[in-house]
Amino acid sequence: MNSDTPSTVPQDTPPRLRLREITKRFPGCLANDAVSLDLAPGEIHALLGENGAGKSTLVKILYGVQGADSGTIEWEGQKVDIPSPSAARALGIGMVFQHFSLFETLSVADNVALAMQRGTGRDPALLAEIEKLSADYGLALDPTRSVHELSVGERQRVEIVRCLMQNPSLIVMDEPTSVLTPSEVEKLFTVLRRLRDEGRTILYISHKLQEIRDLCDRATILRGGKVVASCDPRQETPNSLAALMIGRAFDGPKAGKPVQVGEGVPLLSVQGLSMEADSPFGTSLKNISFTVRAGEVFGIAGVAGNGQNTLLAALSGERTAPRDDWVKFEGHSIGRVGARGRRDMGISFVPEERLGHGSVPDLPLEDNALLSGWGRWGLIRHGLISRGKSRKKTEDVIEAFNVVSTGTGAAARSLSGGNLQKFIIGREIMQDPKLLIAAQPTWGVDAGSAAAIQSALIDLARAGAGVVVVSQDLDELFTIADRVAVIFDGTLSESRPTHATSAEDVGLLMGGLFEATP
Amino acid sequence: MDILAPILISIIAASTPLLFAAIGELVVEKSGVLNLGVEGMMLGGAVIAFIISVETGNSALAIVAGAAMGAMMAGLFAVLTLGLLANQVATGLALTLFGIGLSALLGQGYVGTPLTALPKLNIPGLTDIPVLGPVVFGQDVLVYLSFVVTGLVAWFLYRTRAGLVLRSVGENPHAAHAIGFPVIRIRLFAVLFGGAMAGLGGAYLSLSYTPMWAEEMSAGRGWIALALVVFATWRPGRVVLGAYLFGGLTLAQLHLQGMGSSAIPSQFLNMVPYIATIVVLVLISRDATRIRMNAPASIGKVFHPDG
Repeated sequence: MNSDTPSTVPQDTPPRLRLREITKRFPGCLANDAVSLDLAPGEIHALLGENGAGKSTLVKILYGVQGADSGTIEWEGQKVDIPSPSAARALGIGMVFQHFSLFETLSVADNVALAMQRGTGRDPALLAEIEKLSADYGLALDPTRSVHELSVGERQRVEIVRCLMQNPSLIVMDEPTSVLTPSEVEKLFTVLRRLRDEGRTILYISHKLQEIRDLCDRATILRGGKVVASCDPRQETPNSLAALMIGRAFDGPKAGKPVQVGEGVPLLSVQGLSMEADSPFGTSLKNISFTVRAGEVFGIAGVAGNGQNTLLAALSGERTAPRDDWVKFEGHSIGRVGARGRRDMGISFVPEERLGHGSVPDLPLEDNALLSGWGRWGLIRHGLISRGKSRKKTEDVIEAFNVVSTGTGAAARSLSGGNLQKFIIGREIMQDPKLLIAAQPTWGVDAGSAAAIQSALIDLARAGAGVVVVSQDLDELFTIADRVAVIFDGTLSESRPTHATSAEDVGLLMGGLFEATP
Repeated sequence: MDILAPILISIIAASTPLLFAAIGELVVEKSGVLNLGVEGMMLGGAVIAFIISVETGNSALAIVAGAAMGAMMAGLFAVLTLGLLANQVATGLALTLFGIGLSALLGQGYVGTPLTALPKLNIPGLTDIPVLGPVVFGQDVLVYLSFVVTGLVAWFLYRTRAGLVLRSVGENPHAAHAIGFPVIRIRLFAVLFGGAMAGLGGAYLSLSYTPMWAEEMSAGRGWIALALVVFATWRPGRVVLGAYLFGGLTLAQLHLQGMGSSAIPSQFLNMVPYIATIVVLVLISRDATRIRMNAPASIGKVFHPDG
């Protein structure tokens, strides 16, 4: 548990990278408080922590995107300054970003060329190098294709190839598996283990504790900007790691739920829904059918970009279906009913994008509650806003869902991801919906908040509402969903009860191994 | 055939200032900046070029001064929007109003002053070829320059590394910053280039097209240039097409009016170039995927390295 003397590194070789007492202060928060970290050659080192624990800030300092206020960085035993990303790359530090930092309209080769400080994607020598390296590591890529045509998994390969082309000795990976299917994750791990065996160091940031146990040799845990522990994750359990992260015993979502098998009129029924994508790079829906009954959590799994956005728009009413009877709610056709009308019927919606879609970033929480809940909560009278009532409702949500904020006047933007998500989910649940549709409810949310959100969704279903959860996270779906179906290339598989199937089977379906339902 | 050559020559003359301004703005927008001050920068270039030409008689110096004036005004825009993170739309509009006022003030004493137009290039032998000769080989230096610049811009954007970097900054400045490109500096150069080109377009107006100074003599060409860039989906080749289509139709409707056909009211004929140019460019670029491939995704958004 002593971060200064790593247990598994032989003391005679200098660490590849040594951070000493790194401190970075932002207005109102101490993001990194005297953080020290040693990274040895040939290890995969996990950096763990909740949202806001200071991981991103530390990585930005390491990669030269931001400067530290104090502290020193040693590289291969030499004290160095890293004033810019190009300085970091010159040392041999490569970065694979969490939100892909690719240029969509440019080709794969152009993207590599930009990061390599050489030529353009038209250089035949560069094309040949990309092809050789991607073949070497089993990362199949066509360097002449435009990035926007690629799947999420392929985009990540571009990021990795782009990083490896610079032959880095330290590779920083920020949440690399959050968008991958289980089989893609396995392939990625194979590549990462091979990179480690070549003597490279990998700093691996992830929320997925099971992955960290499978992959990483050591782990450093940050909480509140400080290093609180350093351990061998293979000797820990996911629960003990989570406890280190949040600083108290970890309370996961309740298991052992009853599986709903009730018959009767379905709450939501989608029959033969087809819809064009509204953007040139979106995926159109083809003949989608499924039903959701009151009291169950229905999961829709799938890798991002397989039509989830179009489906969510069709379910929320943001886009109306071409035919009214393609979507039915409590037996009534609602395909042509817009978002407002559906909300009035009791259908609530939690979009994937928290800032900008789920909330207005610069408005206070109170106004964000008003914008969604004015109808169900009766916050408007004769065209005038009832301020007192909307403040009360906002306070109720903050209290019931344990949202950490400075109060009802806090701008949505000022909340951490997990707290804002708790607020948005809470806002919808407390409107007492008959059906709640949630997209990626715990994406990028720390373990504690994720467990709270998942419990709230299960409770809502057990109280008699229908819940639809669209997620890429199979662990999540298997934790909370009663049935799960897979969306691939705009078609939806038949649903299966989660107790009668495995994550591996669903993972295969996510790769497209199913016949479209007729 | 005697009538064809003058018509072609006047089409080129009407199109050149548009081409300059639009190709400059194209580079600016490709870097992710929207400068709505084109009209003001054209007027600034026009008045300074005219004054220098009258005072010194040196047309080369006048052209350079016109471009420099455009670049200086663009520099002011850059300080406000890139340095102080002011809103680009509001600042651009203010720059146009500023340019109209400043040029009127500077040019006050020069209204009605006569000036000899820029000399046409005369290549003995070549210029004497019927029709083709005077059209291709009998233009002034700025007309040739407009084509050289357009060709260079197309080559720069799609064939050079610097052009690739500029496009990447326009598409995703945060990713470009993370790689380590100086986003602000790249945008500054693009904005200065756009200003210089608008200044050249203005200089062409006051030195060659109508060799005189009159208040607001650019008559909305800066706005047309801005629209051309969008309707041409940020492709240099289509900007040329759009500029010449507009120039040609402007002339055609003038001739129609001159022929005294009273069947169509002149107001309608005046509209034709605007409508036809927009219709044609919309028709050739209605493919949504192509628009997204070419449109700079970050256009008009303030970039802050820590944001």
